[in-house]
Amino acid sequence: MLKTFPKGGVHPAEGKYSANNAIETLPLPKTVSIPIAQHIGAPSKPVVDKGDKVKVGDKIAESAGFVSANIHSSVSGTVVKIDNVMDSTGYKRPCVIIDVEGDEWNESIDRSTDLKKEISLTDKEIINKINESGIVGLGGATFPSHVKLSVPDGKKIDVLIINGVECEPYLTSDHRLMLEKAEEMLIGIQILMKALNVNVALIGVENNKPDAISNLQNIVKDYPGIEVHALKVQYPQGGEKQLIKALINREVPSGGLPLDVGAVVHNVGTALAVYEAVQKNKPLFERVVTLTGKSVKKPSNFMVRIGTPVSNLVEAAGGLPEDTGKIINGGPMMGKAVNSLEIPVVKGTSGILIMPAELSKRKKESNCIRCAKCVSVCPQGLEPYLLNKLALLEKNDKLEAGGVMDCIECGSCSYTCPAGLPLLDYIRLGKSRVSQIIRSRKQ
Amino acid sequence: MSKITISPSPHVYEDTTVKRLMFDVVIAMLPVLAISIYFFGMGAIIVTLTAVVSCLAFEWLIQKYMLKQEPSITDGSALVTGILLAFNVPTNLPIWIIIVGSLVAIGVGKMSFGGLGNNPFNPALVGRVFLLISFPVQMTSWPVPTGFSNSYTDAVTGATPLGVMKEGIGAGESVSAIMDKIPSHMEMFYGHMGGSMGEIAAVALLLGFVYLLIRKVITWHIPISIIATITIFTGILWMINPESNADPLFHLLTGGVLLGAIFMATDYVTSPMSVKGIWIYGVGIGLITVLIRVFGAYPEGVSFAILIMNAFVPLINMYIKPKRFGEVRND
Amino acid sequence: MSTIILFTIISLSAIGAIAAIILYFAAQKFKVFEDPRIDQVEENLPAANCGGCGYPGCRGFAEALVKSDDISDLYCPVGGNDTMSKVAEILGKAVEAKDPLVAVIRCSGSPEHRKKVNSYDGASTCVIVSGLYSGETACQYGCHGLGDCVEVCDFEAIYMDKETELPVVIDDACTACGACVKACPNDIIELRKKNKKDRKIFVSCVNMDKGGIAKKACDVACIGCKACVKVCAYDAIVVENFLAYIDPVKCKLCRKCVEVCPTNSILEINFPPRKVKPAQPVGEAEAKETPARSTGEKENDNNIINQEG
Repeated sequence: MLKTFPKGGVHPAEGKYSANNAIETLPLPKTVSIPIAQHIGAPSKPVVDKGDKVKVGDKIAESAGFVSANIHSSVSGTVVKIDNVMDSTGYKRPCVIIDVEGDEWNESIDRSTDLKKEISLTDKEIINKINESGIVGLGGATFPSHVKLSVPDGKKIDVLIINGVECEPYLTSDHRLMLEKAEEMLIGIQILMKALNVNVALIGVENNKPDAISNLQNIVKDYPGIEVHALKVQYPQGGEKQLIKALINREVPSGGLPLDVGAVVHNVGTALAVYEAVQKNKPLFERVVTLTGKSVKKPSNFMVRIGTPVSNLVEAAGGLPEDTGKIINGGPMMGKAVNSLEIPVVKGTSGILIMPAELSKRKKESNCIRCAKCVSVCPQGLEPYLLNKLALLEKNDKLEAGGVMDCIECGSCSYTCPAGLPLLDYIRLGKSRVSQIIRSRKQ
Repeated sequence: MSKITISPSPHVYEDTTVKRLMFDVVIAMLPVLAISIYFFGMGAIIVTLTAVVSCLAFEWLIQKYMLKQEPSITDGSALVTGILLAFNVPTNLPIWIIIVGSLVAIGVGKMSFGGLGNNPFNPALVGRVFLLISFPVQMTSWPVPTGFSNSYTDAVTGATPLGVMKEGIGAGESVSAIMDKIPSHMEMFYGHMGGSMGEIAAVALLLGFVYLLIRKVITWHIPISIIATITIFTGILWMINPESNADPLFHLLTGGVLLGAIFMATDYVTSPMSVKGIWIYGVGIGLITVLIRVFGAYPEGVSFAILIMNAFVPLINMYIKPKRFGEVRND
Repeated sequence: MSTIILFTIISLSAIGAIAAIILYFAAQKFKVFEDPRIDQVEENLPAANCGGCGYPGCRGFAEALVKSDDISDLYCPVGGNDTMSKVAEILGKAVEAKDPLVAVIRCSGSPEHRKKVNSYDGASTCVIVSGLYSGETACQYGCHGLGDCVEVCDFEAIYMDKETELPVVIDDACTACGACVKACPNDIIELRKKNKKDRKIFVSCVNMDKGGIAKKACDVACIGCKACVKVCAYDAIVVENFLAYIDPVKCKLCRKCVEVCPTNSILEINFPPRKVKPAQPVGEAEAKETPARSTGEKENDNNIINQEG
């Protein structure tokens, strides 16, 4: 019996078209637009000005607080301007725009591909290095990684969990990394273990990636303390809380964090970025992005510099299909539909999904028939039909009592609703209202 | 390229629709219908057609002219109500009574509450119980299953095994003596007995149950909780005194237990949302059914039991919540 | 037989009498003293329970009025000055007369002027759209057109014009309770001073993008050119973030700004038609737009929206 989380969950069609296509390096774009807010937390402060020359890996924006992250240039060239550009949030936000000239890297970056296994830095130095390199959670949540590694006093961490689940349909970037960069990733995991002072790291991989699991299992023998676990395919297993429950059967308390149950979760992509930052002194300025979709000619996995316009990826994958109806930044369950192909790739872009028009429209809405399917699929044990109704009526106190803040916005309820109700739309609205109320209460 | 679409996540959907669910229920009811036609002939066909047509017609008329909505009869819910109503009446019921029953089922049971999804009681059962109280003679003169026949209202009538049992026990006869007068368990299993159109053939009902489970239209919880409760409760009574109480299998195979447990109690709209709530609901239906059958005045109590528990569903939903992930317990 | 009836009558009467005594004492014991003036004040309030005053319903407002010594900060926008002066009379407190207000829609971006560049398919409320992205057009500030304001209006004073896909305020029905202002996620709706004959001059745009970007997104956007500022003799207009704003108190309704606005983003409503100046080439070009610019003030007969240069 494969492990999984016990409550709720759905199994959408996987559509992993790009799973067998190796990571290709995307040619450099002409211009990059690097948003200064690519992570959860305070937007960074730009430290470059119009006309400045930058090299690859130079810091262009500085972390603006503890929960924030540095941003580095992904190209060499001249800063054209700092201007508002449409990004994946659907709004125009400030970006540093750089014209690309050549590909000159900052000298301190080690560009060799040799594996560097010994970890010379201490735990404090590792966390500083990660902070300095602007590493954020690459699974899509973009939470600054150094914050997760800085364990507050009084909390004891005994296990590091590495998220290689990639439960979102279509996306394959983590899958390819686990095949192609497994050694580096495992060293990265060791670095994270050292930073957290833990002896156990568990990698959770869903069973629909048997090649990645066997690849990891072959080489993991040389890395004591790290284990690879195959998990039953079940969305949203990539959710922190669900993954912890599946792997070590601990339940993160409502409103709590993984560290309340002695665990820290990092994504496989983040582990690789940590390896590159700590061992090779390479800050986070590129990432793997899956460009896929049913009608895409050449579904691919690209190594992309941050700030590259999405249109460049689309061109490299054979152009925008005729029947395009929707462009999604991320996977089909939690990704965000975007309204322009010119949005830049950011640290949190795990994939770009192009949906054909016939799959882009929602189901027709009809009355709720109280079938309770939403209740049975909710991985958080909530009652989506009720929260939906309460949000419509703006009963904020009842929403809070109903646990709306526990909602992880996985979308299983809307996915499964036979009446096609926009359950998550309203629950999300209710959640944002309630969180505002909670915030004002604290003040 | 036309304009791209923007919508909040998720962007993919399960292909299940309300319509598909309803038509799956209809498919699951086909074996029952077939066996009823086999045993009761023309009567079964006339009753079913009348009920279905009048339910659809009333729903359409009410939506169109009273509620002034876009009629939604194509979603299949009125079709299900019609067939279920037909299943719950004898096959020799006059057409006009069926039409009255359909009007009550759709008009009072469903549309007066705002249509599909808002009715607290199972519409077909509202119709049936209304008919049972208003027309007790017609509703309890069951035709004898003779194999396919062309007779309709002039069919030979007889009592149901449950009625014979109730009357016999009331008259002080022993159960074993009564058992000789009624069909054997095996005959009951195949449906060779008197009764409402859809309740006679356990084998067909179970076939429908399996289909609904495979298609994931319903979960096993409601039917099994009802059946288990009835089995345990009547089993205890039977073990106490087998001569004055019928055995559990008799109780399961006769009357509307299987029809009610599989097709009526599982109605989405009128059953609880959480698994814990479903257990309370199922056990309640089982208990009330046996109480009515053994201690009450009516020989049969499934439809009353379901309606009574329907009334508790809002309360159950309010107080019985699913266990939340990471719920902080105060103990 | 008669004894049964007798017993029934006696016992029921006894129960009734006992219950009455218990109820009497309970009512005495749990009596809550309430200032009778609260009822008096409430009688004079409009009973709309709209919450426009900031209190939960008219009763809540009446309590607040009775309790506070200084009621000059409290105002019932629905009842207006008449109601407030009556209330002040009852309570013997002073109120200041306030200018009556009316809601105005500060967006003229009908599909004709503001092209849709994508199509939204989701829950039909503006607040969800604005949480998701910048909207169906290239202007992220303008009206999303899904009618959250219509939904919250208790007075049926606002409706969606199907052609322009913009909300329209019915001046006579609007009580300036402010519900729509709160409901609009883009802060398009403003409560402005009500002038004589419902005349209005305001900048019907909230776009804070630079002129070029704003103009590209919408033909009738304010581009922040300051032409209106220069022509205004009363210092009533300020331009901030490439967006002009006319102070309703300082504005003397001279209409000069309307004439100079190159994008027609300043609207004049309910003014008599002005004399057409002969031979004005710009006027002819702009005149073509006239039908589309009538932002739905169809409720008022004397409504003329002047479009000449």
